[in-house]
Amino acid sequence: MKLNKILLALAISTLFLSACSDTDEKDASLTDGSQNAASGINDAATSGLNKGAGMNGSEISGNGDYASTLGPEFNDPNNPLSKRTIYFMLDSSEVMPDFVPVIAAHAQYLIANPSQHITLEGNADERGSREYNIALGEQRAKSVSGMMKARGVSESQLQIISYGEEKPAAFGSDEAAWEKNRRVEIVYLPR
Amino acid sequence: MIFFKRAVFLGLIFLFIAPSYAELTIDVTEGLDSAVPIAVVPFASSGVPVNISAVVNADLERSGYFKMMAEQGMPSKPNTLAAVNFSEWQGLGQNYLVIGQVSDAGGGQYNVQFQLLDVFKSGQLLGYRMSSSAADLRRTAHHISDLIFEKLTGKKGVFSGRIAYITTNNQGSKQQSQQLQVADADGFNPQTVASSVEPLMSPSWSPDGKKLAYVSFERKSAAIYVQTLATGERVRVAEFPGINGAPAWSPDGTRLALTLSKDGSPDIYVLNLTTRSLTRLTKSFAIDTEPSWSPDGGSIVFTSDRGGKPQIYRVPSQGGEEKRLTFSGDYNARASFSPDGKSLVLVHGNGNDYRIAVMDLATRSMNVLTSGRSDESPSFAPNGSMILYASKKGRTGFLSAVSLDGKMQQKLVFNSGEVREPAWAP
Repeated sequence: MKLNKILLALAISTLFLSACSDTDEKDASLTDGSQNAASGINDAATSGLNKGAGMNGSEISGNGDYASTLGPEFNDPNNPLSKRTIYFMLDSSEVMPDFVPVIAAHAQYLIANPSQHITLEGNADERGSREYNIALGEQRAKSVSGMMKARGVSESQLQIISYGEEKPAAFGSDEAAWEKNRRVEIVYLPR
Repeated sequence: MIFFKRAVFLGLIFLFIAPSYAELTIDVTEGLDSAVPIAVVPFASSGVPVNISAVVNADLERSGYFKMMAEQGMPSKPNTLAAVNFSEWQGLGQNYLVIGQVSDAGGGQYNVQFQLLDVFKSGQLLGYRMSSSAADLRRTAHHISDLIFEKLTGKKGVFSGRIAYITTNNQGSKQQSQQLQVADADGFNPQTVASSVEPLMSPSWSPDGKKLAYVSFERKSAAIYVQTLATGERVRVAEFPGINGAPAWSPDGTRLALTLSKDGSPDIYVLNLTTRSLTRLTKSFAIDTEPSWSPDGGSIVFTSDRGGKPQIYRVPSQGGEEKRLTFSGDYNARASFSPDGKSLVLVHGNGNDYRIAVMDLATRSMNVLTSGRSDESPSFAPNGSMILYASKKGRTGFLSAVSLDGKMQQKLVFNSGEVREPAWAP
């Protein structure tokens, strides 16, 4: 019986809570700044939604990007142009030797196609703080862009953005996922 | 009995439906040994939509300062001072007693009355009568918790405060959306204040609690926005080439410290929000990021890897000598000050584990408070009694709070997706 009463009380409170959770809050006796601010959040939710949303869900980089439409060499697994992700060691923005030919191939393509633009998207694994990882992702993207520029690619063809750990390629909290996320994605932009 | 059965059945339905409204739930995982015994007697109330005494009980419990008496063990349930038999509570080792009643005042208003009693002195410490609308009953309950907490600990309560955080829905899918939300300190009443399919990051409260600065990638590049919560109006204050990140309000609310990489490597800048003038504070070739102001506004701490690994440095907020503060461990990042300015809370990395630690600025001693593998984004509660941070288990990101001695842990569990980057409103 006692349990029933508790459950009932809980149920009633939950019921009204749900009903009240999006109504404005005002109180005669407890009125102070925080209350007014709290009731204002409702407005912000709607306008925040209207203003913050509506950003179109544009295409996601990586496989299936514009590059695959550029020519068969971008889809041929034996061609380095088919590789458009450069991986990194933990807390490092140094390009590993394995990826130098990949970067060189893309550099060569960009030099031959000066109207082609790319974005280098820097990423990090989830470990450590988020804003530091944004910086780390940018350093990785800059390493790749530096190598491309050294090979003669025009700066105007290269854009850089870092997503840090915000756009993981793999989910999970183990080395298998982390090593897939420490990366720079070479994203070809529509001409 | 039949009535009760039906009511319970109905009630269970609502319990299952309700989580889509109140999205965060709290789970106290560990309590303090030194917690003070207190009994919150269920308030006399009928037909009141919120169980006020249950909310007060939960608030006090998750503060870690109190050991709550279970209702089943209560010898009686008095609602007035006259009805209290102090000796029976003394016999049960209770130090304090909270009693009260809630009555319907008509017109959607309720009268709420409570008294905090000292069991050994057999008298009242605190007593209030207040009126509340139905919609405001939870807030009233949190206000009561604040009053009790302050009376018994000397510290301001933080129960009626709010938190901001970022959540992701449909994580991993192409339709994933990110929300910047603001909720009560206990996770109830979550409200979305901004939403985007591109990343949202680094919410930072203005000192008056009326605005949030945050990073949004909604334009396919990083930009910092300042949004007024009451109106939803927002201003884009920084969108330079490269990184626009880690906004942090100055204690006087006139400036934002932030990270920009427009001049090369990421450096700390200070943006005057009135004049829009930008001052560069650091000029290293390394990563400098995650600025945070000292409570007196005199200095800024930040993360830098200029020594090889990320460590915490301090610079006068007007510019000047940059001094390294952390030497223990090979990864220290995202520091922020305690409200008294005497310590820093930060992310302390050791091997594959990233945990929350507090460093005493006078002694430089580092106290690791958490035991997760991927703990991040710590911030002090406004009263300095707890630290809120983000934690991860598998794919689930949740919020946790820990007491300063690390002994009291509470978890705020989100129903779906990921919750991260909590920030406690001032």
